[in-house]
Amino acid sequence: MALKLPIYMDNNATTPMDPRVLEAMLPYFTEKFGNSASRNHQFGWEAEDGVKLARKQVGELIGADPKEIIWTSGSTESNNLAIKGVADMYKDKGRHIITAVHEHKATLDPCKRLAKMGYDITWLEPGADGLITAKQVAEAIRVDTILVTIMWANNELGTINELPEIGKVCKEKGVLLHTDATQAVGKIPVDVNDAGVDLLSASAHKMYGPKGAGFLYVRRRKPRVRLTPIIDGGGHERGMRSGTLNVTGIVGLGKACELCRLEMAEETARLSKMRDRMDQAILSQLEHAVINGDPKRRLPHTTNISFPYVEGESMMMAIKEVAVSSGSACTSASLEPSYVLKALGLGDEIAHSSIRFGLGRFTTDEEVDYTIDKVVTAVKKLLELSPLYEMVLEGIDITTIEWGAH
Amino acid sequence: MAYSEKVLSHYETPRNVGSLDKESKTVGTGIVGAPECGDVMKLQIQVDEATGKITDAKFKTFGCGSAIASSSLATEWVKGRTIDEALAIKNTEIVQELSLPPVKIHCSVLAEDAIKSAIHDYQEKNGLDHDH
Ligand SMILES: Cc1ncc(COP(=O)(O)O)c(C=O)c1O
Repeated sequence: MALKLPIYMDNNATTPMDPRVLEAMLPYFTEKFGNSASRNHQFGWEAEDGVKLARKQVGELIGADPKEIIWTSGSTESNNLAIKGVADMYKDKGRHIITAVHEHKATLDPCKRLAKMGYDITWLEPGADGLITAKQVAEAIRVDTILVTIMWANNELGTINELPEIGKVCKEKGVLLHTDATQAVGKIPVDVNDAGVDLLSASAHKMYGPKGAGFLYVRRRKPRVRLTPIIDGGGHERGMRSGTLNVTGIVGLGKACELCRLEMAEETARLSKMRDRMDQAILSQLEHAVINGDPKRRLPHTTNISFPYVEGESMMMAIKEVAVSSGSACTSASLEPSYVLKALGLGDEIAHSSIRFGLGRFTTDEEVDYTIDKVVTAVKKLLELSPLYEMVLEGIDITTIEWGAH
Repeated sequence: MAYSEKVLSHYETPRNVGSLDKESKTVGTGIVGAPECGDVMKLQIQVDEATGKITDAKFKTFGCGSAIASSSLATEWVKGRTIDEALAIKNTEIVQELSLPPVKIHCSVLAEDAIKSAIHDYQEKNGLDHDH
């Protein structure tokens, strides 16, 4: 079969919807269009049934009770609700929150806002492997700590933080744990009880579901977590998130979760094999290329590789038939190297030229082969063009050069 | 971002990639930019002492497609010019020729700097005057 270009290798940014998800959603646009809050007619009941099934499907994927799922528009909203909601609800108990410098903006910015309001935020820094450890969290917890918010898997690196160990530490110290599991849910086993998680965010569009639908898991027992809502209104979702439910989106999210649960083992095996093949092919042909983040504690479908002495944008241009991301989707529009890579202590010349490859359910071996070939050819060409590489070959240590200001 | 035809042409087949002997008295080398800004250009000129004309030019660039195109174009333009004619090249001419968008103007500025820096190096090596 002929290869169709461009190739999508950016499945950490978003995923195409699985046709089976679309099929599940379709009736809810037209025939079963009711408002799930309408209690006194068939239309409402049908919609409510769809939502109920979705709650069960989400619950089964993450080991939660269906009642613990709060529907949102996606992880950005879920993170905001979790972080700001806990901060406000428990403010009399304390005002200290622990997070990490290389979290997604949807965690960093709510924390920064809280800092402006007088909360005290501890910003943990990852090791060179990109990981936040349970030990770091344990050492940062104080008597006035009300929340730890650490992502399950990092969106740029694919690295998997020390869960369930972090959860165990939080349980022992009696501190609530929120995790942004946007990149982990549906890709690797996630169980809120095993991991000692009290709040968990996820988005449907990262797991072959629709955009604009997501959820926040909020623990109901041991402990019963309470939140101050951000959106007030009709009192939907136990009062934590008002507004008529996005029934079609929720049905799609539920179906997406079900498919992920049923196919995870097989999909993980397939994708990690492809991903490892890609890593090996690239690293063996390009002497200076390095994997960013711990190569073992990683999502099966993600790899982030630096190509030193080659600039990122020219690299993207050279492999323009392959859709990838340099840095995170939101930072690649600017010339700034990614703050996530800088947090690992990478030099600018390396952070500037890193690419995240995100394989997915619909990625084929032919696409992987094409990508490997394009990347290797492009890097070889750009090294030929690179004055930095020339200096390195001449034995000059480019970190000692005093570069002119520009 | 969409690139202009000319940027793409220079990017895909850059002109005058390579290096001249930086120790030679007839070669001027300019290295401008910084890795943390995402752009480093090295531009070299070979000057014919008798005529004062630039007979050859080479470049290597670490940078985006527009930076590569700007320096590639700069080497094309300096060849065959006298030092003074080369000094007269303005970044705005590069912007125009390559249809660079506003966010890429710094690439043309860097290319102009690289030309000046290479000429400066040549003049210094040869004890010649320079007025900048
Ligand atoms: C780790 C992480 N958190 C949060 C988000 C935000 O998700 P959404 O845009 O669906 O709200 C993303 C997606 O970019 C992500 O990767």
